Amino acid sequence: MEKVQAPAVEAEKSLSEINERIRDGSVRVVTAEEMPAIVEELGPDGAVREVDVVTTGTFGAMCSSGVFLNLGHSDPPIKISRAWLNRVEAYGGVAAVDLFLGATQPSEDKGIEYGGAHVIEDLVSGRPVDVIGEGVGTDCYPRMEIETTLHLEDLNQALMVNPRNAYQRYNAATNSSERTLHTYMGTLLPRFGNVHYSGAGVLNPISNDPGFEYIGTGVRIFLGGAQGYIVGPGTQHSPESGFATLMVAGDLKRMTSEFLRAATFTRYGPTLYVGVGVPIPILNERLALSTAVRDEDITVPIVDYGVQRRERPVLRSASYAELRSGFVEINGKEVPTASLSSFHMARRVAGTLKEWIERGEFLLTEQAEPLPRSGVIRPMKQTKELPYVGDVMNRDVVTVGENISVPEAARVIVGSRFDHLPVVSDDGKLMGIITTWDISKAVANGNISRVSEIMTRRVYSATPDEPIELAARTMDIHSISALPVVDKDNRVIGMITSNDLSRLFAGRRSR
Amino acid sequence: MKLMLRVAPGIVRKPLIASVILETGALINIERASIDAVSGEIVLDVSDDKCRQVKDAFERRGVDVILLEIPVMRNEEECVHCGACIAICPTGTFRFDDWKVVTDPGKCIQCGACVTACPHRALQLVLR
Repeated sequence: MEKVQAPAVEAEKSLSEINERIRDGSVRVVTAEEMPAIVEELGPDGAVREVDVVTTGTFGAMCSSGVFLNLGHSDPPIKISRAWLNRVEAYGGVAAVDLFLGATQPSEDKGIEYGGAHVIEDLVSGRPVDVIGEGVGTDCYPRMEIETTLHLEDLNQALMVNPRNAYQRYNAATNSSERTLHTYMGTLLPRFGNVHYSGAGVLNPISNDPGFEYIGTGVRIFLGGAQGYIVGPGTQHSPESGFATLMVAGDLKRMTSEFLRAATFTRYGPTLYVGVGVPIPILNERLALSTAVRDEDITVPIVDYGVQRRERPVLRSASYAELRSGFVEINGKEVPTASLSSFHMARRVAGTLKEWIERGEFLLTEQAEPLPRSGVIRPMKQTKELPYVGDVMNRDVVTVGENISVPEAARVIVGSRFDHLPVVSDDGKLMGIITTWDISKAVANGNISRVSEIMTRRVYSATPDEPIELAARTMDIHSISALPVVDKDNRVIGMITSNDLSRLFAGRRSR
Repeated sequence: MKLMLRVAPGIVRKPLIASVILETGALINIERASIDAVSGEIVLDVSDDKCRQVKDAFERRGVDVILLEIPVMRNEEECVHCGACIAICPTGTFRFDDWKVVTDPGKCIQCGACVTACPHRALQLVLR
């Protein structure tokens, strides 16, 4: 006898069922780190029956963070136009006594070692903050200046509003160049000396629900140690390329300094480490499967920060599992990896959120709408462009071979327009550079030998397709006044000098 | 064991390390040296059994010798266990243990790379 098999019914449950279990204490919560093994063992249908909520968490540098502060009105009242908190400027162009303090704003007295993020951490830690305000003086707000000292509790509101947090994943960084770079991705050692990455991988909120089945506007989350909300897609939300972001908000007065930590990246600036966690209800098998994501499944490009352009070359891609192993291979070389976000703290976020839900203190909210699933970040439209090195460089550059004598080089340099003389190999490749100073020194020391003995072998150079701003920065960093311009085979094709640049800027101003 | 030598201006040009090696027969590894016209600061690695002898030999030559037992300190209050110190350390002083940063102070040569690399300013070199 033929038996008709009933169509498989997808396991599912409702958010109100889950909230009912949270209220009566029977809810089953696991962290996103535990979920892959559960789904592997029970299958997605079994996991839907076994697990109600998966908690996620991330803890890393989130530069696009800040707080709205309402100071209350002074007597006589003031309409603050500019304001400083512990000498860190906050934006005063919002009504009379509302300020927005951004995490990355450096202080005027301590520079980047103390910034907006540090003010936020001080406020959350209960420390006093000195406030200075300048007013405009109106009939309704006659006061021109204010100075006071405030604690968090003295503010009417302190609302954290972070335009871009909790990136779905983030590019890993390395450095092909010859010098150590100090970036928002930390210290990047020369010649691919290290790879830095950021992100919680298996615990990342969006990576556990990349289709925004649950994540959306109005979802209650863990933010900085308190309950907060997803406002909507974050700035630069780029879901089609796998770089979705969240805009989040919450009450700073309820947050804790354990999950909001000020930091400074050397020669970059201040930033705020923020703990963000999103609970994901296992409503159906799709969510069971998406929360089973592992470090191995999430890959990021390893990007060369040695190239100081928006489009930085991608050397390869690597999964979080590889990045977290401590080494990745680049061009046949084992390169040590390290993270800038804290996986330990990401676990604390996911673990704390799990406890809140198990204790019945945190109920899940329905999304008002999902985050947009389409869209990519676009580059800036630049309407006023600086020229490129190739547009400005001198093409009539004179070069010499390595084997000529110093007096010969002196004759060439006298006959040329430059104080710098690139030294090239037989096939025209840049080998070194000598300056009028090098020649004078050689003559003064009685060292009249060949140029190869007195030339500087570590030459900084520019390429024709480089914006002149980068060439100017190279000259500035190394205190030099000219750069040979080389093609992709390192052949000298021109020269750019600080004089060329000053002429260019003088010309622009006089226009 | 690591030793930090502080060499006074008067003797900075003398072949101090060479003469101490000849006297003690110790295998000395120079981990870091910054020497200019007026002074010098050198970090050496010496096996534990020769450490005392090498220290005495340098001190007899007028060099200040400091045993670097805990060369770098990590402030547990400030550290968030991100790992920014791990890959930039030339000697592998820091590593993760279950995603918490642990320090092996015996490896530190006090180069200071970690101090500027730590976003939370949780690291400090002792005696510097």
